Amino acid sequence: MEAFDDVELSRRDFLVLGAASAAAAQLPFSTASAIEPAAVSAPVAQVTFRVNGTTRALELDTRTTLLDALREHLHLNGTKKGCDHGQCGACTVIVAGRRINSCLTLAVMHEGDQITTIEGLGTPDKLHAMQAAFVKHDGYQCGYCTPGQICSAVAMLEELKAGVPSHVSGDLMARASLTPSELRERMSGNICRCAAYSNIADAITDVARSSA
Amino acid sequence: MKPFAYERVRTPAEAAAAAVRHPGAKFIAGGTNLLDLMKHEIEAPTHLIDVNGLSLDNIEATSEGGLRIGALVRNSDLAADERVRRDYGLLSRALLSGASGQLRNKATTAGNLLQRTRCPYFFDTNQPCNKRTPGSGCSAISGFSRNLAVVGVSDACIATNPSDMAVAMRALDATVETVRPNGATRRLPIVDLHRLPGSTPHIETTLQPGELITAVTLPRPVGGTHVYQKVRDRASYAFALISVGVIVQPDGTGRVAVGGVAHKPWRVASADSAMPSGAQAVTARLFADARPTKENRFKLKLVERTLAAVLAQAKETTR
Amino acid sequence: MKFDKPATTNPIDQLKVVGKSIDRVDGPLKTTGTAPYAYERTDVPGAPVYGYVVGSSIAKGRISSMNLTRARSAPGVLGIVTADSAGPLDKAERNTAKLLGGPEIEHYHQAIALVIATTFEQARAAAQLVRVGYIKAIGSFDLEAGKKSATRPPTLSGEPPDTAVGDFAGAFAAAQVSLDASYATPDHAHAMIEPHASIASWSDGKLTLWTSNQMIDWCASDLSKTLRIPKADVRIISPYIGGGFGGKLFLRTDALLAALGAKAVGRAVKVSLQRPLMFNNTVHRPATIQRIRIGAMRDGTITAIGHESWSGDLPSGGADGAVLQSRRLYAGANRMTATRLTVLDLPEANAMRAPGEATGLMALEIAMDEIAEKLGMDPIEFRIKNDTQVDPENPDRRFTRRSLIQCLRTGAEKFEWTRRNAQPGKTRDGRWLIGHGVAAAFRPSPVINSAARVRLNRAGVVTVETDMTDIGTGSYTIIAQTAAETMGVALEKVIVRLGDSTMPISAGSGGQWGANSSTAGVYAACMKLRDLVTQRLGITGTDTVFADGNVRSGTRIVPLGQAAADQELIAEDTIEFGDLAKVNELSSFGAHFVEVGVDAATAEIRVRRMLAVCAAGRILNPKTARSQVIGGMTMGVGAALMEELVVDKRRGFFVNHDLAGYEVPVHADVPHQDVIFLDETDAFSSPMKAKGVGELGICGVAAAVANAIYNATGVRVREYPITLDKLLDGMPAMA
Repeated sequence: MEAFDDVELSRRDFLVLGAASAAAAQLPFSTASAIEPAAVSAPVAQVTFRVNGTTRALELDTRTTLLDALREHLHLNGTKKGCDHGQCGACTVIVAGRRINSCLTLAVMHEGDQITTIEGLGTPDKLHAMQAAFVKHDGYQCGYCTPGQICSAVAMLEELKAGVPSHVSGDLMARASLTPSELRERMSGNICRCAAYSNIADAITDVARSSA
Repeated sequence: MKPFAYERVRTPAEAAAAAVRHPGAKFIAGGTNLLDLMKHEIEAPTHLIDVNGLSLDNIEATSEGGLRIGALVRNSDLAADERVRRDYGLLSRALLSGASGQLRNKATTAGNLLQRTRCPYFFDTNQPCNKRTPGSGCSAISGFSRNLAVVGVSDACIATNPSDMAVAMRALDATVETVRPNGATRRLPIVDLHRLPGSTPHIETTLQPGELITAVTLPRPVGGTHVYQKVRDRASYAFALISVGVIVQPDGTGRVAVGGVAHKPWRVASADSAMPSGAQAVTARLFADARPTKENRFKLKLVERTLAAVLAQAKETTR
Repeated sequence: MKFDKPATTNPIDQLKVVGKSIDRVDGPLKTTGTAPYAYERTDVPGAPVYGYVVGSSIAKGRISSMNLTRARSAPGVLGIVTADSAGPLDKAERNTAKLLGGPEIEHYHQAIALVIATTFEQARAAAQLVRVGYIKAIGSFDLEAGKKSATRPPTLSGEPPDTAVGDFAGAFAAAQVSLDASYATPDHAHAMIEPHASIASWSDGKLTLWTSNQMIDWCASDLSKTLRIPKADVRIISPYIGGGFGGKLFLRTDALLAALGAKAVGRAVKVSLQRPLMFNNTVHRPATIQRIRIGAMRDGTITAIGHESWSGDLPSGGADGAVLQSRRLYAGANRMTATRLTVLDLPEANAMRAPGEATGLMALEIAMDEIAEKLGMDPIEFRIKNDTQVDPENPDRRFTRRSLIQCLRTGAEKFEWTRRNAQPGKTRDGRWLIGHGVAAAFRPSPVINSAARVRLNRAGVVTVETDMTDIGTGSYTIIAQTAAETMGVALEKVIVRLGDSTMPISAGSGGQWGANSSTAGVYAACMKLRDLVTQRLGITGTDTVFADGNVRSGTRIVPLGQAAADQELIAEDTIEFGDLAKVNELSSFGAHFVEVGVDAATAEIRVRRMLAVCAAGRILNPKTARSQVIGGMTMGVGAALMEELVVDKRRGFFVNHDLAGYEVPVHADVPHQDVIFLDETDAFSSPMKAKGVGELGICGVAAAVANAIYNATGVRVREYPITLDKLLDGMPAMA
């Protein structure tokens, strides 16, 4: 078995490091930089979808994510941008009944879709049961991941009702119930750095129990 | 992200025609990997062909007693399908161990097969990477390689394939169906889909430009006990350090595929044959040609121990 | 209001509102997504345009060329800010590296340009067209290698870098039982979910900045200094902050570049630091290497305790305070601490939640476990035996209130510690090896002068204004409770406005000083308002009571609002702390208990049970305080099991610079968490009698996890994070 243990730095590393203060200009190693076409205006496209029950028609740069369409064009700022790369869950919205990361989907791909954001669940004067439970159990601290947690939790309970299994389900053929481990596994796509997890779990359990 | 034109297509023929019309175009379905890479300009298509309207989202029985899974079937739907849960538990388990509920709701069967490596140097466009910029060098080999490949590697690349689903598909001997821009269809065994890095790590699959995956078929169920065990530091929402997918028959024979160790789902015929002899024998055959780094050598032992536990568990189940 | 004598009975002691588990007053806004964070302001004059940050692609060296031609001509681009075009800038003392680099580059992903365009998509695309040439310089990126050239820093958080009492070397050499071990902690990222974000707008030479910052006055001061404009011309607004943990203590790139960008294009500019830049562009908790030596007598009495720590930072940066708690946590006649700092050309090291104690206790509390085992003592009894009620380096300084023993005893009972098998590797539950660990928690509770303004209107509504921030800590709520208690009104009659530099300067959020200090400031202002009220109402009696929305004196009962019938009453005051917290040692204490399971085959580690017992003076709101503690506990689990900024020592940067690569705990990593607060007050802290709890929660947790892993497996890992690869070789053979 030949191992890499003793592989020295690659020749490029050696040159750059060895060259020390000598000129060693470096260009970005991106695929895109290899070809440099003249700057072109970005194509725009029309899209119409329903957000929280209201039809919204937009003309957008095709590059606009659903997340940026909601925040920057519709000013529905409840949906948060935490990482913009599908790694935190703060941007979770419910599209056609399913929770998704709105940062990793283009707005123009949602023609005709029904979209529910945190603003569509409840308002400060009329909280959705999940929102009220988060307040009651202190299922948040800084509040930034919170709309994503709540949208995710609402859709997650529906997934459970629909019989969707999870990684921790013991028997794939059995119907999973909302055990602590099922809840935690299913909510793991929503990171809370303040770490209200223990309280979020209590909030969701509370809602699940009272709606059961 | 570079500007791109966006087009929706309704049939595979339309998709193929669009691909012919626009060299450099990319198909987009779930988008969970492609858009991530486009934001970094690691992928920079000038034209996106949205294939979500292609009615490839059914799972149907094949005449051979297997399943034909449409390319657009979402990971969550595939994992939850009654037939998959019953007859291909390995596949359900692998899917459910990947990503998050939100991502699985978007990600598709074909997209999952084609997802690109998570090597951190591939993602950082300031760093040399032969996969991203051919000929620029590999930053990982003498860099941070704990999560990277130990077998099937080359001096040009030690990236891993991050898919859990593909490991199960490989163990299940799935077949990939495609349509080419000229309309011709073909079926290729999954073993022939992914390539090893060799000197061309930027070429990851044997698909040709504009070739579209339309379905993945599974042969008739092989029975046995299905176990997929994924090992990771974080309990969820993390890529595998290693994963082990096995199907064990009551007589101890079976198949094993391993994830997180190579540029493709790793399965070795001689390792399958060694299943009755136990984890040590299987692992020795899986990793006969391993070339680990100091940082990822632990994966060899980890696979062996995980496999031992999985085989013991399978034995327990079949008893 | 001066606070230079221990508090006596005061209106807070009524505990009608303070001390209650009240739901957060900002809860309905946060749970409905209607609380406006910095990037989301809709009250900015003119629609803001978008800035996108370009980071350096080398760690150290110079920019040799910068070609902006293509970026400038890209669609929608309105302007580009670089060090060349920004005009002369100063650097605030609280920043080590420049926030806008060039031509010198000090660290990887140091900002070198802001590309401003009409839309976000345009700005992002144009930023990729900036072409930069560099001349690389040799840098130092390896802490271990840098140890030999490390030097003594001038200061360690205001304390001497080295201390010595008695004859450490002699006592250690003569000790009947001793331990000499080295530990390593890696670089950590704050990884708050809201990225650093700002919107800047100029009007008549005055700047308004909506930002996400823990310390409003520092931000205003440092931005004015950096821009070389009067502080009076800078307004900072930061009412909602999506997590900070120390990462938003300082002026950062987003704020400066938004200000420069807005100036350059003559419009409001919004900037959110891209997540992949956050780990190298901003600050982080530095890695440490620590050596701990403890000598003890056979009966468990510590006779010698020594703690040395090495960390690195950019030139003119500071050292991690890992040794600080070892100066006063345990008794021992002979002691020493030493801190050395080496220059590393990695991104800037700085404060992260419980700076010093977080890293120091990760090492010290493993060491305590190790030597307890050598002594054959229960680790709780060993800690209790070496408790001290005075500062061991300076016995004239007493702890104002130190309940470490009670924390340990209470926790042991609740956690059923006696059921733990002291022999490692002997407890099993199916495939899991089970282990239990304990660690002490200790963190000073600093006090900082804090001012507030309170207004009373004719409706009896009390409005509190202070530049205090709520970073998830619950400031809005505990300040409302404080005002309600002091003024004798219902919580609904209190409005709290925070995070605005036009408001009186508060303690801000950091170092777990915020809750006690800022509420004390609000209390001071409210007491002044009470005086105004009684004056206005002509009440002179000493029996005056503020309760139920009324002012009562003798038989007279007047609605509070009547005092403001003609005109709003406004009072402003500052709580000014004397030297009570200097003459004495004001700290909070705790004990963490952890049960882990380690997979017998894969060595995967999962936390199964957690308990924290905290003694932190009066708990102003047990609900929000508990949240602070569980947050710290979870961050401690992250530090124990997964968090590590991986250094590429060839190229000098943190490789895993996103939230997929830098793993922080997710739901599945965290079990139900129990928190117990001891019922106590500390009259030396402030009129509130409260102490810090927000950082206490993380202190010692990682070591408790490490000790539990050892108890489960018999494998002692002294290098964090404790990942399965470090355990595999010591795991039992597979059957």
